[in-house]
This record gives sequence, structure tokens and C-alpha cells, in this order.
Amino acid sequence: MSGLHYHYEVPGDDVTRAGEASGAIKSTLKKLGFDPGVVRKVAIAMYEGEINLVIHGGGGVIDVEIDGEKVTMVLEDHGPGIPDVSKAMEEGWSTASDSARSLGFGAGMGLPNMKKNTDEMTVDSTVGVGTKVTMVVKLA
Amino acid sequence: MTGKELAAACGFELACGEGDRELGGKIYCGDLLSIVMGRAPADGLWVTVMGNLNSIAVAVLTDTACILLAEGMALDEDARARGEQQEVTVLRTPLPVYEAARAAAKALGVD
Repeated sequence: MSGLHYHYEVPGDDVTRAGEASGAIKSTLKKLGFDPGVVRKVAIAMYEGEINLVIHGGGGVIDVEIDGEKVTMVLEDHGPGIPDVSKAMEEGWSTASDSARSLGFGAGMGLPNMKKNTDEMTVDSTVGVGTKVTMVVKLA
Repeated sequence: MTGKELAAACGFELACGEGDRELGGKIYCGDLLSIVMGRAPADGLWVTVMGNLNSIAVAVLTDTACILLAEGMALDEDARARGEQQEVTVLRTPLPVYEAARAAAKALGVD
């Protein structure tokens, strides 16, 4: 891969730190002069993914690649996995804990928001092994 | 109109930030952060009862110009500190969400 590469470690079960990685990427894209609409889409999609890593995946890693044509985000955890990915993609479907819900999460909009704000998205998940989400936002 | 001017016009408390950013005129009300993430308009006013750290993150990532905490809800201390650091304006009011949004809409001329 070519272009700029950023790697983030996302701790699990610390919702207060969620947003650090997506905030850093947003700031980087703004400094690089990317279109505000693209910056917003990347920020929203990545934050939703970051929240999922924290509240579902027990933490994980995010790798972001920025080149002249697109921003690619790869989020990976070794959490419980998603038994039914198509169900998880439905708006309003959620398995978030009560503590996550009390903080305003668990509306069942995470994966749908990620899909809506990206041009390409794939979810590879195996129960008991983990989940890998790859998202691409094109620049034009 | 800036957040600070909106606070003065409506009697809202300036709880965090300088309030210098211009409001674009759009107002969004909501508390479930994933829904807010998808729908809060850039440069808008977000009326909510969620005064935690994650609300600050959502405001930053959606380019929300100003958060208005309704129902007299408190802004958590760690949220206030992060908000100051990231230049997020937060206003507070004892008004319920609907009345708070209506007052803001009237002041912004979008009623």
C-alpha cells in the first residue's frame, strides 16, 4: 500500500476514550485540505467503528490509509464476533449493554451509519474469533 | 449569530467554550448518540440531555457548532475539560428540550 498510513490501538471497555482515533484522523484530513464533506463522512464512520471496538470488541486496532483517491479504514478486534451480520446491519438492532445504552449508545445505528457514510464496506466476522471491518471513502 | 449571542438572547448559561462560533441556523434534538452522529447538521445547534464526554466527541466529529443541554442537565467535569480543549461551545438551560429548541429557533430566526 502507498500513501499515508496511521495505526491506532483502541482500548476496550473505556468509552471515555472512544473518539480519540477518529478525532485524530479528522484533524489530519482537515489539515491536508480534504473536502469537509469527505472529512465528516470519514469521521462519522470511523467513530462508529471505534465505538463498536470499545463496547463490543473488547478493544482492537484501526489502520487508516490515505492516498490520492480514497481513505481506507480497517478496524479489527478479537471480540465475540457477530453471529448474523445481515441482522446487525439493520437499523435499530443492537446487543449493546445497559451501561453502553446509559451513555447514549446502543441505538442500533452503528453499522448502518458506517455503511451510509462510506462508498464501500465489508464486514468479516467469525463467532469466537473476532471481526474485521473495512471501509472506503472515495475522494471524488 | 454566535453561541454566546444565542445564550444572551435566550438566557442560556455558557457552560463551556468561548461561544464565538457562528451557528448555521439548523437545530437538531436527540440523545442517542448513534442517531445524532448520522443526523446532526454541520454547523448546527444540537439540543440534548447528554452531558458526557461522548457528547463532546460527537459534536466534534459532526462539526456541530454548539451543544445546548436542556432540562438543567449537568455537563460532566471531564466533558467540560475536553470541550474547552477542543473548543466546543456548550450552553445550558433548565427548559425542556422542546421549549429550549423553540426558544433557540426564535432567536435564530428559523422558527
